[in-house]
Formats: sequence, C-alpha cells, structure tokens
Amino acid sequence: MTVNKWTAANVARRVIDNEELFILDVRNADAFADWKIEGHKFEYLNIPYFELLDGVEEILPKIPTDKDVLVVCAKEGSSVMVAEMLSEEGREVGYLEGGMKSWSSYLEPIKVADLNNGGELYQFVRLGKGCLSYMVISEGEAAIIDAVRFTDVFTSFAKEKGVEIKHVFDTHLHADHISGGRHIAAETGATYYLPPKDASEVVFDYTALTDGLNVKIGSSQIDVNALYSPGHTIGSTSFVIDNQFLLTGDILFIDSIGRPDLAGLAEDWVGDLRETLYTRYRELAEDLVVLPAHFMIIDELNEDGTVARRLGDLFKDNHGLNIEDEAEFRSTVTDNLPPQPNAYEQIRQVNMGKISPDNDEQTEMEIGPNRCAVR
Amino acid sequence: MIQANHQLDAKGLACPMPIVKTKKAITDLVEGQVLEVQATDKGSKADLAAWANTVGHQYLGTVEEGDVLYHYIRKGSNEPEVEKSFEHTVPLEAIESRKGLILDVREAAEYAFGHIEGAKSIPMGELESRLEELDKEKEIYVICRTGKRSDLAAQLLTKNGFSKVYNVLPGMTEWDGKITKDI
Repeated sequence: MTVNKWTAANVARRVIDNEELFILDVRNADAFADWKIEGHKFEYLNIPYFELLDGVEEILPKIPTDKDVLVVCAKEGSSVMVAEMLSEEGREVGYLEGGMKSWSSYLEPIKVADLNNGGELYQFVRLGKGCLSYMVISEGEAAIIDAVRFTDVFTSFAKEKGVEIKHVFDTHLHADHISGGRHIAAETGATYYLPPKDASEVVFDYTALTDGLNVKIGSSQIDVNALYSPGHTIGSTSFVIDNQFLLTGDILFIDSIGRPDLAGLAEDWVGDLRETLYTRYRELAEDLVVLPAHFMIIDELNEDGTVARRLGDLFKDNHGLNIEDEAEFRSTVTDNLPPQPNAYEQIRQVNMGKISPDNDEQTEMEIGPNRCAVR
Repeated sequence: MIQANHQLDAKGLACPMPIVKTKKAITDLVEGQVLEVQATDKGSKADLAAWANTVGHQYLGTVEEGDVLYHYIRKGSNEPEVEKSFEHTVPLEAIESRKGLILDVREAAEYAFGHIEGAKSIPMGELESRLEELDKEKEIYVICRTGKRSDLAAQLLTKNGFSKVYNVLPGMTEWDGKITKDI
C-alpha cells in the first residue's frame, strides 16, 4: 500500500469543506490534549509513536478502513514511520508533511466580500493557530491588517492580484503570535502603523495609529477608519472598512471576548474593555460584519471557512456582550482566565523589536493553541 | 557532569530516532544502571519521559547545555518486589528530627536530580569499597528510591560492623520535603 503525503493545504481544504478525516495523532498525550488539528467532522485517535515501536498490530482494529486516515506528529518523522508500518499491514494511509509545525504555519486566503467599485476583502485563516489576517484590495492598492509572520504569503498574494501594498496595520501589540507587519512594510515600502499606546517600548519607527485615522485604498477610495477600542491592550484599535466591516482585533471575537491580562494589567484595563464592548461598539451600526483577529474553536467558522458575523447578532448571542452586572463582568475577565499563550512574554518582546529569534525559535514560540479570549 | 553507565549520542537526529535509539541502547544496560542520552531534538524531553514511564524505566531528568539536551534514564526492573528483611527501620517523616548521617545509595544521577539536603551519596554498587568513608560510631540512615536498595545496603553495613544503621522507608518516592539538586 502506498503512503500518501498530505500538505497542510490539503488538510485545510477538508476542514473548510466540512469533510471527514480520521486523524491518528502520534504525539505524546500532553501535546495532543493541549492542541490538535480541529475539523467539524474529524475523528481522532491519539497513540504516541513510542508506544508503536514494536508494531502497529494492536491498534489496527481501531483504524477505520472506510475513511481517509492521516497520521500526524510534531514535525513529520514519527508520522512517516507509523504510516509506513500501517502501510506494511495493508492499510492505505497518509502523513502530514511538516507535521503540526507546518499546520501551525499554514494560511488559507478566503474572500470575505466584494467591496464597492471592484474592491475585495480577504481573510487569511491560520487554522492551526486561530489567527486571522486581512487584506483590503482596491484598484491596484492593498492594505493589510494584523499580518502574521509568514510575510511571503501576503506579498505573493498581492503580486498575484497585481496590487501594491501601501498600508500595513497592527490593531495592537500582539502577544500570542509574531507579527509580520513591520517586515512586510520594510519589504514593500508601505507605511506601518501601530497604536502608540502599545508602542512605548518598541525599538523601531512606526506611524501612529490613532482614533479617527482615515486611509483610502485605491482610486475608488475604500475607507479604512480607525476606532480606538482599548481593553485587550491599552492601544487596541478597531477598523471600520467600507462602512460594512468591523475589524475588532483581539477585543471581540465570535464566541468570546478579549482578555485584558496579557500585558500584565488585567485590573487596569478591564474598565476599558467594558467601555469598548458596552458603549463604543453599541454606538455602531448593527449591520456591520465583525471580523476578528482570532477564532478559538472550529465552530466559529462559517460554511465557506470565513470567520465573520453581524455585530447585531453578536450583541444577542455572545455571552461576553451580555453580562449586565459590572462586577460580574470584571470577575469574568480577570478571574479564572485560561492559561496564557505559549511564550507570550517573549512574543511581545519580538513584536517590540527587542529580540530577533531565528525562524526555528519563532516556530517554537508560536507552537500550541491560541489563547487570547475569555468566554 | 552527571555520572552515567552508558552514553548514547542521538545529536542531530529528529524524532522518532532519539527514542528508537534509546530503546535499543537500553537493552545493553543492566537493570538499575543509568543511560545518558544526548539529543538536540527539543521534543525528545517530553517524549523520552513519557516513553520511559510507559515501559517502566525511570526518567531522572534533563540537563541543557547550549543546544544539547542530556537526558538521564535509569533502566527499570521487571523483577517482583523482594521482601525487605532489614529490621531496623525509620519512617521517612522522622528523618529530619534525627541526628546522624543520611546515606543515599541511589545512583549518582538519581542523587544529582534531587536529594535531601546534607545526604551523602554512595551508590549501592560502590558501597562495599567505600566503607572507610563512614563513621561506625554515628547513626546512619540509609535511603534509596523505594527502600529496596537501602535494605540491602543496611544489611551490608551491619555485616561490616556498623551497628547504628536504619533503613528509611518508604524512600525518596514519597519525600515531599526540600530537595537539593547538583545540576
């Protein structure tokens, strides 16, 4: 039997198309419990590769023959070994090229909408890490918001679309993933914007992203309007794009809200978070479609793979927007917070430009699930 | 450097090779001996610990030096539990209030990854040749991981004329007091 090599893009397609897949995850139990490939219709079996060194006979009855089977490990090597053993037993299986490392890095660009006058809005879904980046395209120009560190994905996409990247924004100083914004700007000559209140310690030059800043993309003048919305960080800023979309950064997600503690100031920022979610956002049109910078669970994906929902619907359904009592809200977002993201302090240092780890070290820092939200 | 009976060089090898090699190398060891595994694959730490646990070896710990991880594993025993026969025993809880010498007879690597402050290390296998380091007039409290090796050590000491010898039970597995490390 052949052993098939699957790319992260192949797996992403299965997730987005809602298809079935049986994943044999051969990482150790802790790693699997912490983080795995999520799919609506995926089934899982976790048996560490080191329990299979003497053979796979014992697990054969647990591996289905009527659906596709993908063996997954951290980097690839162990999944190849186990896949080959299964193949020798007559099973047709695949392994994930590059393992969870490549899954963590993969970005799937999905069109969210056509904008006025031929403009387009794309969401780059990083399924393995729950990060969402955006590109607004209009008549030869592009703006990028919350780019992750795989800068070539954005620059190649822009080239493919025949657009020049003019503006690069970060809604805030990220703590869960390494930003690619500054590097894309340097490479393309675009302007890089960062909220000054998050940037007091950064060691590079940037343009201030402040409340009311308006940038027009292309000659059709697609509006990108900044709206100061603190709470996750003190500088957190949202964007209203083309009067239709609200990019919320890490302040508001589909099924959760931002956590105020990743820069160590939960108590100070909880009031800002409340003000943003319960006052500032309330003043906006309910028909705006919310596009967050993260998703936490696969159920937040729409049918087409995008992560987007009407603001009015979130006011109804998102628990974090429906805590009337202020004291209860305060306790929800400061007590019993989920564990902090892997290496979040180091990641902040990288995003401030204070340390410059190599690619492998960056991968290591970003490994694991995204944990920017409170439910 | 931590003492080990054998070294395995798995540097530069990616998963699953460090464990595949460790599994093979450990067959050459006698039960109770310690294997040092040198690896550069960062994932090897969690995996080796989990693997050792599933197959009954004792994962002692890991020391990082530069890019190299030095893992220490003590080969487990499949032998049935032997009846402890040395009659003078002391419960672990009492050890801190006693005067005398705590003698830790586990392997040097086990001792290095955590021992009771002030304990003297003489691995069981070296005890007979190092008796002159001990004082016959003083109380000696012999401790190991589970009480098995210390039982044998206490018998050996008595046979050699030491009279104030006690076996500390159950052993370091249950010790929840302060731990000193030599790494």
